[in-house]
Amino acid sequence: MSIFDSLTEYQLDVLKEVGNIGSGNAATSLSMLVGSKIDMRIPTVRLVDYNEMMDLVGGPETLIAAIFLRIEGETPGNMFFVLSSQEASNFVEQMTGQTDFSIEHPPHDEMALSALQEAGNILAGSYLTALSDFLKLSLQPSVPILTIDMAGAILTEGLMELSQISDYAIIIETIIDNHADQTEQIKGHFFLLPDPESFPKIFSKLGVADQ
Amino acid sequence: MKLVDSKAIKVGIADLNFVKAPDVIRTSGLGSCVGVVIFDPTIKIAGMAHVMLPDSNSSKKEDFNPYKYADTAIPILVETLLKDGARKFALKAKIAGGAQMFAFSVKNDMLRIGERNVTAVKQMLEDYRIPIIAEDVHGNSGRTIEFSPETSMLHIRTISQGSKEI
Repeated sequence: MSIFDSLTEYQLDVLKEVGNIGSGNAATSLSMLVGSKIDMRIPTVRLVDYNEMMDLVGGPETLIAAIFLRIEGETPGNMFFVLSSQEASNFVEQMTGQTDFSIEHPPHDEMALSALQEAGNILAGSYLTALSDFLKLSLQPSVPILTIDMAGAILTEGLMELSQISDYAIIIETIIDNHADQTEQIKGHFFLLPDPESFPKIFSKLGVADQ
Repeated sequence: MKLVDSKAIKVGIADLNFVKAPDVIRTSGLGSCVGVVIFDPTIKIAGMAHVMLPDSNSSKKEDFNPYKYADTAIPILVETLLKDGARKFALKAKIAGGAQMFAFSVKNDMLRIGERNVTAVKQMLEDYRIPIIAEDVHGNSGRTIEFSPETSMLHIRTISQGSKEI
């Protein structure tokens, strides 16, 4: 039986905690970066099929900005930090003061892109540092890559390893948010997709392998 | 764009479906995946697959989804079209997708998956002797494609390169 069929409630809670630790640290880094208070929503752990995963960000054709990185090491996996069009504009405005940036109108301003890239680096980096400390595992992230395109095209890349084993993905999803109104809201989604073989390692590290 | 009252049949990721004129068939957000359309232009029926991986032998599961792989999805497209009255000699194909979404210079084979998907799809079509009369593959843009069996045209939309028909 695959790991996807046999997750216990207890293990799900542990995965939520993994999301908590990672994105809590990321929210703190982001607060410092933009100089306002950033909160983290309670993580959700979802077992979704590929099409449902696309629906989490508005459907496969939705335009998104995503920072992608591959995690190598003892618990390999993929990570995305996803911003909607409005969220990306808000991020760029907060960081550079540029008010007219939109991912919907290429070609994109270099300055704005590097601001997004940098935000992604910092956030993904702090998420993974916290995770690696918590799990006491060494995780080596690849250089994060910013891509702006259709959600389906981007997110499917993160499913490739998984798709040889399962038609479902376990996604640890967290939203960070400064609770401002729409035009000033700083918000983004983290998706952590451990490779299937990483789950037993995470569970055994945290002492819940058989609970 | 559409004057006739037609409906659009959707194909999800690792999915396939069939269409008869005047309806159209579409799949959204192809990245490294490949959209394969096989059609009979005279009787105006078509099948579309959204292929995610090249080879079902790489599946680590026995009850895998056959729509996911080039080597298992294409035979289903062909056999079903023939059963629905398409003629083997008349079948033609159009393909799109197989992009590389992330510009890594990586050793990891999984990240050249677009290229491998295109190669696998072409090989399968070659085995069936089905000519590919138009293609829009590789590059690094996501694509949404829509095929009309009425006109045999494949409409391709991208975010950064605009739209075109092949």
